[in-house]
Amino acid sequence: MSLSLDNIKRVANLACIEVNEAEAIAMMAQLSGIFSLIEQMRAVDTSTIEPMSHAQDVVQRLRDDTVTESDQRELFQSIAPKTEAGLYLVPKVIE
Amino acid sequence: MHHHGFGIYPSLFYDLPRLTNTMLNYSLKQLSTLLAAKKISSVELTGEFLGRVKVLNPDYNAFITVDEKMSFAQARVADAMIASGQAHPLTGIPIAQKDIFCTKGWLTTCGSKMLSNFISPYDASVIERFNAAGAVNIGKTNMDEFAMGSSSETSFYGPVKNPWDITAVPGGSSGGSACAVAARMAPAATGTDTGGSIRQPAALCGVSGIKPTYGLVSRYGMIAFASSLDQGGPIAKSAEDLALMLNVMVGFDTRDSTSLQRETEDYARNLAKPLQGLRIGLPKEYFVEGMSADVARAVEAAIVEYRRLGAETVEVSLPNTKLSIPVYYVLAPAEASSNLSRFDGARYGYRAPEYTNLNDMYQKSRAQGFGAEVKRRILIGTYVLSHGYYDAYYIQAQKLRRLIAQDFAEAFAQCDIIMGPTTPTVAFDLGEKNSNPVQMYLSDTYTIATNLAGLPGMSIPVGFSDNNRPVGLHIVGNYFAEAQMLNVAHQYQQVTDWHTRMPHKLTA
Repeated sequence: MSLSLDNIKRVANLACIEVNEAEAIAMMAQLSGIFSLIEQMRAVDTSTIEPMSHAQDVVQRLRDDTVTESDQRELFQSIAPKTEAGLYLVPKVIE
Repeated sequence: MHHHGFGIYPSLFYDLPRLTNTMLNYSLKQLSTLLAAKKISSVELTGEFLGRVKVLNPDYNAFITVDEKMSFAQARVADAMIASGQAHPLTGIPIAQKDIFCTKGWLTTCGSKMLSNFISPYDASVIERFNAAGAVNIGKTNMDEFAMGSSSETSFYGPVKNPWDITAVPGGSSGGSACAVAARMAPAATGTDTGGSIRQPAALCGVSGIKPTYGLVSRYGMIAFASSLDQGGPIAKSAEDLALMLNVMVGFDTRDSTSLQRETEDYARNLAKPLQGLRIGLPKEYFVEGMSADVARAVEAAIVEYRRLGAETVEVSLPNTKLSIPVYYVLAPAEASSNLSRFDGARYGYRAPEYTNLNDMYQKSRAQGFGAEVKRRILIGTYVLSHGYYDAYYIQAQKLRRLIAQDFAEAFAQCDIIMGPTTPTVAFDLGEKNSNPVQMYLSDTYTIATNLAGLPGMSIPVGFSDNNRPVGLHIVGNYFAEAQMLNVAHQYQQVTDWHTRMPHKLTA
């Protein structure tokens, strides 16, 4: 299967990764190669098989709805790119 | 068989510290005995290994971060534990930690520019467990970026080299850990395995490694790649050492929703059992094509040795083997694209220096922070999860995953353990497969299926190729059969000496 340049750009945008024209072209060739590998699995008839999401079909455990974390804001914000008055700073999203 | 006269080889290239070669090859148990008898302190032992790291690491690039001050602080705590009679089997022993495990106060990069400034504010469960046991963190090991790779070449910190041949890859993604153990820069190390990332580098570096049953080692604080496949495990010189490492690493953790709650086991309890009557399954699909002649020769010789030990062999079939790679390259990227969406430059990690708005900040931070292989996998994952493709790719892959697991269930009805080669070839050259992702992916042909099935798998060294690169034997057990697998490996290591070999030029 081969992917178009538009496919690549659309997916890169969904994944929030900026790609320039040259990168998109290189990516298109590489991903097409990987998808021809992946295509092998589409030939198998799996209409009667249940999907397996966990290796041992274990059900997700639930815990009590109680507070388990302590306040570590200062520690966490000490490694943040930009903070002010205890808040994480990002570019303005509301005019 | 255990003690070889490597001392006859002079140190040709390195001025190495005073650890004798015998001591470099000491098992964890032997080191523990020395520490308990106060023949050496943890501070001294840590200093010796840090000395080797200082001399060897510039050439091998096995470590991303070494912090002598932090290591020595832990060694002093260990010495106090030993002095007060509170020692655990690993107390005072230096352990190299893969840089995928969040380690409080340590730079934790996962081999990525994205986390090149990330000083972890907390410890992974695995790190907590080593700390509680009094082990010493001797440094954070290099790896493929976000564990995505089979050669440790995709690291932002540059490639790791194979101690047996500096022109060869060490395997990946836990290449730094396998290299550190093979070059005796650490007595043992941790790794993680999503599609073979413990077993493949262990095989390529001539050391032992085990990926436990999915759910036994907590994933809390282990930076996620593909959550339904990722599993932590040890890399060490012998099966016995792996058992002691597993005794520390395995345990239920409420902070990992897939962690399994089970009775505590001593993984060393069955090491001495004879192998009389053991039924070894040899999957016919593993011995047909793609395997190089020298790998086949070493694996076949190992199987002959097992027959001598009293085991019998039976042919089994894993008919869906060939689907493992396509299924893996749907599921792993899909989960990765979701897991890696957290890296957005907002709260921690890399943020691009210039951007025009919030979306541009995300786009540029991720474009600059991730390397090419990580981007490829995120895009594959995003594509297979996108509208209109989900059933054709993701659901289809999950259905095939069940078929692959059923193959193993049927095989284990006829045998106790499955064996084959860990990898189709010995270590390839640095740069050899860089430009061809598909070729690189195929080097995990034999290991991926066990992750898909959630089964435990291990690799032990069983020989060398014509060009003196190590060959690994892959041992796959049924669910929770780790103690049996370690027994099977240990019995082989009692009558052979491959696991005691080390690169000559690295001996003191």
